[in-house]
Amino acid sequence: MASIVTRVKQKQIAQLIDEEKRLDGRDLTDYREMKIEQGIIEKAEGSARVLLGKTEVVVGIKIEMGEPFPDTPNEGVMTVNAELTPIASPAFEAGPPNEESIELARIVDRGIRESKCIDTAKLVIEPGKKVFVVFVDVYVLNHDGNLIDASALAAMTALLNTKMSNYEIKEGEVKIKPGYEQLPIRKHPITITTAKIGNKLVVDPIFEEEQVMDARISFAIDDDENICAIQKGGSGYFEPQQVVEAAKIAKNKAKELRKKLNW
Amino acid sequence: MNDKPEKLIDKKGLRLDGRKPDELRQVKLEVGVIPNADGSAYVEHGKNKILAAVYGPREVHPKHLSLQDRTFLKCRYHMAPFSVQERKSPAPSRREIELSKVIKESLEPAVFTEYYPRTMVDVFIEVLQADGGTRCASITAAALALADSGIPMRDLVVACAAGKVDDTIVLDLMDTEDKMGAADVPVALMPNLNAITLLQMDGILTHEEFESAVNLALEGCKKIYAMQKEALKTKYVNVSEEIKEEAEE
Repeated sequence: MASIVTRVKQKQIAQLIDEEKRLDGRDLTDYREMKIEQGIIEKAEGSARVLLGKTEVVVGIKIEMGEPFPDTPNEGVMTVNAELTPIASPAFEAGPPNEESIELARIVDRGIRESKCIDTAKLVIEPGKKVFVVFVDVYVLNHDGNLIDASALAAMTALLNTKMSNYEIKEGEVKIKPGYEQLPIRKHPITITTAKIGNKLVVDPIFEEEQVMDARISFAIDDDENICAIQKGGSGYFEPQQVVEAAKIAKNKAKELRKKLNW
Repeated sequence: MNDKPEKLIDKKGLRLDGRKPDELRQVKLEVGVIPNADGSAYVEHGKNKILAAVYGPREVHPKHLSLQDRTFLKCRYHMAPFSVQERKSPAPSRREIELSKVIKESLEPAVFTEYYPRTMVDVFIEVLQADGGTRCASITAAALALADSGIPMRDLVVACAAGKVDDTIVLDLMDTEDKMGAADVPVALMPNLNAITLLQMDGILTHEEFESAVNLALEGCKKIYAMQKEALKTKYVNVSEEIKEEAEE
């Protein structure tokens, strides 16, 4: 991908951050303004839109009936897919998922899966034969940095908004009944990404800051402040104490967000 | 999951394969195993058997991926269909694509990519047998293959995992521990620069447990690093002996 941010600007960003300032006037550990909406797609079983500054992500949840995995006959299935739509950035192209979108989907997936957020045992219709499959589709509509946090947040918000159809089993056939039930949610993981620029750690990087960063590290934090998933990305490195520092930042930011979101 | 052993650590504090919590599996490293490659290495880490080969710097293909200011480092992590219990489709899975990306990003900080603008360097990794911790063993082998290819590097890269099994923080999880354990934390390190180039985790850990897992993994990395250096030396000692023999003839 060609660099879209000019070298002059890259230098300016790096210098500012070295002085603990940022292009948009935020502190190093400030989030951008956040806007969250639920239920924006009526035809989806659950949906949400998250705006993080100018980054915009929509997540739609669809629920279908399917087979469980052979090694987990008593659990429903959850899959996450991410689309970096060409609408969202001059750098995105249409086509099959690339490394970037697969990584994004798998980071969101790990946060939800490892925190045991969805009570998958309650998604079983017939053990080993029929279960509900929850499809989490992440749609990036405008890329202005920190897609990981925005997507994880949108996915969690959409899951909280998700309704499952009632059903009954008549003569071995599954029949859908009128009415809905809430998707059983037990935990609310929050993912916080920190970028390393120069020797400083920066929360919620914008697109231009991501072009300057050496590396990033994302922590998913659950309701009990445990870490449930980590992913380092980018072609740079972290010193061991920076990893510990990033973990602390993530813990504090997750706490702050959790309070704000009432999760 | 019916065959889950009741305890992953016995009363004596030993693990399923008899190791102590902070003990590595057997590691065997060999450099220069693929004659056609510019650099190559083979690793046996417990039951993991992994080959890594480097081709390049060479012409970029497809051309539009060419970078003006540095080489395009590409990495492909791939598992053989016969490497696991149930045959794995040879088509790259999403897991393999993600691992290719994080492995590339773990190696790139060590390579002087700016020395070879408008070229590409391919790192191919084939997992012949998998038994937990393949990404770490792959990184260890790939870094050796890069060094063997003669591409200038800032440091080697070495990787090892730690995690939580039952209630104990343990080093170097094998397959069953990875699947049944509470958490797995793979870490890659540039040992001389003390820089972490890969860090992932899944499972649930407190912040304190996370810190001790990372520290334990770093200890493991340092032990494997000593073997890495030995493997590189061994190859070139052998080469120089061959040259000597030829000269005597």
